[in-house]
Amino acid sequence: MGDILNLAAGNLLSPIILSFALGLAAALARSDLSVPEAAAKALSLYLLFAIGFKGGAGVAAHGLDGTLLLALVAGLVLSAGLPFVAYALLRAMTRLGPVDAGAVAGHYGSISIVTFVAATSVLAGQGIPAEGFMVAVAAIMEAPAILAALWLVMRRGGQTEMESGIWREILLNGSIVLLLGAFAIGWITGPGGLAEIESFIVAPFKGVLCLFLLDMGLVAGRNLRDSRGVITPGLLAFGVLMPPIGALFGLAAGLALGLSLGGVVLMMTLAASASYIAVPAAMRVALPQANPSIYLTLSLGITFPFNLTLGIPLYLAAARLVTGG
Amino acid sequence: MQTHAAKRVEIIIEAPMERRLTEALHKAGVTGYTVLPVLGGTGRSGTWSREGQVGRAGGMVAVICLIRPDRLDGLLDAAFAVVERHIGVVSVTDCQVLRAERF
Repeated sequence: MGDILNLAAGNLLSPIILSFALGLAAALARSDLSVPEAAAKALSLYLLFAIGFKGGAGVAAHGLDGTLLLALVAGLVLSAGLPFVAYALLRAMTRLGPVDAGAVAGHYGSISIVTFVAATSVLAGQGIPAEGFMVAVAAIMEAPAILAALWLVMRRGGQTEMESGIWREILLNGSIVLLLGAFAIGWITGPGGLAEIESFIVAPFKGVLCLFLLDMGLVAGRNLRDSRGVITPGLLAFGVLMPPIGALFGLAAGLALGLSLGGVVLMMTLAASASYIAVPAAMRVALPQANPSIYLTLSLGITFPFNLTLGIPLYLAAARLVTGG
Repeated sequence: MQTHAAKRVEIIIEAPMERRLTEALHKAGVTGYTVLPVLGGTGRSGTWSREGQVGRAGGMVAVICLIRPDRLDGLLDAAFAVVERHIGVVSVTDCQVLRAERF
């Protein structure tokens, strides 16, 4: 227990979490501090490229086996299955109707790549290696949850606005293309390629992540500030209960696959995180009648900060306990 | 200077719907329009801001068309089919343009 508290305290006092807290506090205090849209976009492009490249280079360095394929299948099953768990919980714990519950559930099957990046940073800080291919698992977990959520809504008689273009947008959204593209480049060029650009994608990584999380804190704070009255106690409870539940599924999948301690933690983090980029955009198009304030506030204002501050240390401690690592 | 009567249609719509709207406008024969970013705003569906967004889901865009008055109904029918169930505002104002043959 003491180790868990030490880890949590260390995580809370790390530069990346304190940067997030600064953004959150500034937004809640109505400061005019802001990160321009183009700068936020550039920071996210850098992080996606760096994490994808390093993952690919890691796979090239350590070789590949059947675990990658199994991990991809596990990611796909988790992404498609978790919305059903989230939907059942939402219907039991809140007064959300089928459409809003379905829209929220879709977010909790999909993933937050920034939470994933933060978890890799925590692992790196602890000197815990992880499988490089977890980047590809993250990419594959983006979309299946959307399909599951729309099926849940349709099954309850809700209307969805599906058209062929939406799938191209989901599967080829910029984040996925850059993440997988950088992963492929890292894999092809290997450790030699990584050495060539190391000074750009390794050394500045944590500093850029700090700035990005400052922006995420601002966005989350503004979101919380502007959505008073939207989040009921039931929704709040769901926002902090669902991540550990998802993480348990991730833990089971990671153990079944025989992943390393770092890999298990990343699988737990992916299963625990909620999307706030790909899924909200898809829900805006396919489920226009769902209230965006609910799903954006839950994933960005509650679950993201929870995972960042308490969730990741908790998942690491649980994985250590179970794997004996 | 000779001016001509025209209609200015301004459609504020969720950013993820932009492509669908402009495609519908093209199909309806409206080939001239301008897309502008929206800095932020508030309405019955809540508040949005362009700042700090890493995805387009939280953003809005403005699509502005200037057309001859006799083509207004066709444009509005096409636009309404897309925006009917989505967050946004559609407004029409009278305006004057130079070079009427361009509209």
